[in-house]
Amino acid sequence: MKLSDVFVRCLVEENIDVIFGYPGAAVLAIYESLRTSSIHHVLVRQEQAAVHSASGYARTTGKVGVCIATSGPGATNLITGIATAYMDSIPMVIFTGQVKSSLIGRDVFQEVDITGATEPFIKHSYLIKKAQDFPRIVKEAFYIAQTGRPGPVLIDIPMDIQDEQIDYIYPKEINIRGYKPTVEGHMGQIKRVVKLLERSKKPLICVGGGVMLSHAEEELREFVAKSNIPAVHTLMGIGGLPTSSSYNMGMIGSHGFNHANWALKNADTILFMGARIADRAVANAGILNDNANIIHIDIDPAEIGKITSATIPLVGDIGSILREMLPLIKPMETATWQEEIVAKVKQKEEVHANGYINPKLVVRKLSEMLGEEAIIAADVGQNQFWTVRHMEMKGNRKLICSGGFGTMGYSLPSAIGAAIGNKEKQVVSILGDGSFQMSFFELGTLIQEGVAPVIILFNNSGLGMVRELQRRTELKEHGVGLKCNPDFAAIARAYGIAAKTITSPVEIEGAIQEALESHQPYFLEFIVSDKESTL
Amino acid sequence: MQKHVLSVLVENHSGVLSRVSGLFSRRGYNIDSLSVSETEHSDISRMTIVTEADEYTLEQVKKQLNKLVDVIKIVELKEHTAIYRELALIKVEADTRSRAEIIEIANIFRAHIVDVSKTSLIVEATGDQGKIKALTNMLEPYGVKEIIRTGLTALQRGESELK
Repeated sequence: MKLSDVFVRCLVEENIDVIFGYPGAAVLAIYESLRTSSIHHVLVRQEQAAVHSASGYARTTGKVGVCIATSGPGATNLITGIATAYMDSIPMVIFTGQVKSSLIGRDVFQEVDITGATEPFIKHSYLIKKAQDFPRIVKEAFYIAQTGRPGPVLIDIPMDIQDEQIDYIYPKEINIRGYKPTVEGHMGQIKRVVKLLERSKKPLICVGGGVMLSHAEEELREFVAKSNIPAVHTLMGIGGLPTSSSYNMGMIGSHGFNHANWALKNADTILFMGARIADRAVANAGILNDNANIIHIDIDPAEIGKITSATIPLVGDIGSILREMLPLIKPMETATWQEEIVAKVKQKEEVHANGYINPKLVVRKLSEMLGEEAIIAADVGQNQFWTVRHMEMKGNRKLICSGGFGTMGYSLPSAIGAAIGNKEKQVVSILGDGSFQMSFFELGTLIQEGVAPVIILFNNSGLGMVRELQRRTELKEHGVGLKCNPDFAAIARAYGIAAKTITSPVEIEGAIQEALESHQPYFLEFIVSDKESTL
Repeated sequence: MQKHVLSVLVENHSGVLSRVSGLFSRRGYNIDSLSVSETEHSDISRMTIVTEADEYTLEQVKKQLNKLVDVIKIVELKEHTAIYRELALIKVEADTRSRAEIIEIANIFRAHIVDVSKTSLIVEATGDQGKIKALTNMLEPYGVKEIIRTGLTALQRGESELK
C-alpha cells in the first residue's frame, strides 16, 4: 500500500476523523489520500491556527488533536502552537512534510530541520527514514501523546517516503523501552498522604490542570466532599470543582484571588494535584508557609521537587490515586479553617465606567445566560482574567486558554476546534483587540466549517495587560496603543458574520441573548475603557 | 559542587545525542565530558556523562533525562563501585636529548609512545582523570603541543549490569 494511504489508515485506526492543516508541495501525496478518505480536513488560514484548533479540539473532546503542515515555513509556523500545547500538556500528533530524503541537509527549497527546531518543547518527535517504520511510529506517537503527561508529538515525513509502497500492518502492541509512565500511585505513599492529611489542622488541596487531563473531576469532587478539605486551583485547574462548591476557594496566583493566596500561605498541609507550582501560580515558592507539609501528586516525576521540595512525593495518575485515597480518607473537621479563608474574601464592587462597558460585568452576565454545556475559550491578556475570574464554572462547562505559554491569538482558533468537535454545544470565544488581530483571519475557517461560536471582543484600544504593567511601575507607556484599530464589526460582517458593537450597558443583556439565540456565528464588540484594570 | 558520573542507556539512532546535549544546555546543566558508543546490543548506545552538580540539580538532570523517550536507563556510577577510564593522546616536544626522559615518564605511567618524529612524540595514556592529569603535569616542562582526551568512560565493577 502507498504510504500516504497508510497514513489515512493509521489515523482511522486511531479513531481520528478530523485533521487541521494547511497543504503544500511536501504533503501533496498525503492530501491526495485524504481527499478520498473519511477524515475531515479543516483548512485553516495559517498553520499556527491548525495547532491551536487541534488543541481546542483535544481539550474539549478528550481525543488526540491532529494537524498537518508542509515543510519549511509551514512547519515553522506550527512552532508557537506546539510550544503552547507542550506547556499545557495537550495530547496532539503533528505531521509535517519534509523534502526528499536524498536532499535533506542540502538547504533545498522549503527545507527546515523541524524535529531539531521543536526539540526543546515537544514530548517526542520522529523523522521517518524507512517507510516500513511508519505504522509503528504512528502507533507510538499516538500512545506517547496521550499517556503519562500528555503532550505534542511530531512526525516528519519526507516526500519520497509518502510515495513508497509498504506492507501495511497496524501494530497491536506497543513496547517503547524508554517510555513507561507510572499510572498507579505507590500504595505506601498513598497511605502516608492520607495520614498526613488527617493529622493536619489546615489542609488545602491545590487543583492543577492535571485533574482535567486525567478526567478526574468526579473523583476530585467526591474526595473533597468526603474529606471536607477546601481547595484552591491554578489557572489550568479551572473546572476541577464547580465555582459554587463551598469547598472551592478560587484561583491562586498573581492574577488570582487574595483569599485563595491567603489560604495557600496559611495552610499547614498542601496537596498539589497535577499542578506544576509554576511561578505565576505561587509567585515564588517562598509564598508557601515554610512549615507547611507539601504533598505533590503528579504523573510527571520531574515536576515533583522542581520548584519546591515535597514532604511526600506521589507519582501517578490523579484519577487513579484519588480512587485509591477515597475509601481511606476520613471526614475531617475543617469548618473553622474554611471560615477563616472565606473571611478573607474581598468583594469589589464592579461598575461601568462612564461611556464604557465594564468587561467583568459582561462576563458575569454571559455566565448567567450560558448553558451548563458551554465551552468558553479565553485569549491571553486582560480578557483572560476578566473571563476566568468572573465566569462561573458549573455543569459541564469547560474553559480553555493558553495557561503556561500565554500565547496571544489562541482563543479564536481553539474555539473553532472546540466547535468542530462539539457541534451540539455553545462555544464562546473571548478576546481582546490585540489578540483578535493576531487571529481574526480564522473567521474564514469558521465560516467554511459552518460552526457558530459567539465571539466576544473586548476592545480597549490597546494591549491592556502590558499597558497596565507599564502604568503600574515606573515605566512609561510605550508601544501598547492600538490607535488605528479598524471597525472590527465590519470585519466580521465582511465574513458574513452578524455583528454588533455595544457601547451602552443597557444593551449588554439583549445583545448576548440575541447572539446566543441566533444559532449562527455572532460577533459582539464591547467598548472598554483603557483604564479598566485586570483584577 | 561535586562531579557525578552518569551512565545512560539510550536508543541507538540519530538525534539522540542532540536531545541529550540540548537538554543539558537549555536547562543550564553542566557537561564536563560526554562519551558515547554502541553497546553489546547494536540498537542501544551507552553514554557516560560527567556533570558538575549539587544534589538538587543532579536529581533534576536524572529526572529530565528520564523524560526523554529515547533514554532507556540512567545510573550514577560512584567512584568506589566503578572503573573510571579515559584515554589521552599527548603530543610532546622531544628531541634527541629529551626523548629518553619522556619515554621513561611514559613507562612509569604505563603509557605508550605511539608516534615519533624528529621534534615530537605522541604519548597514549589510559587511566582515570587523576592519572592523566599527573602525566600531563610531568610532560608539561618538555612542551606539550597538543592534548586530546576522550572524556571519561565508566563501567560498574563486579556482577552488576546496566540492562
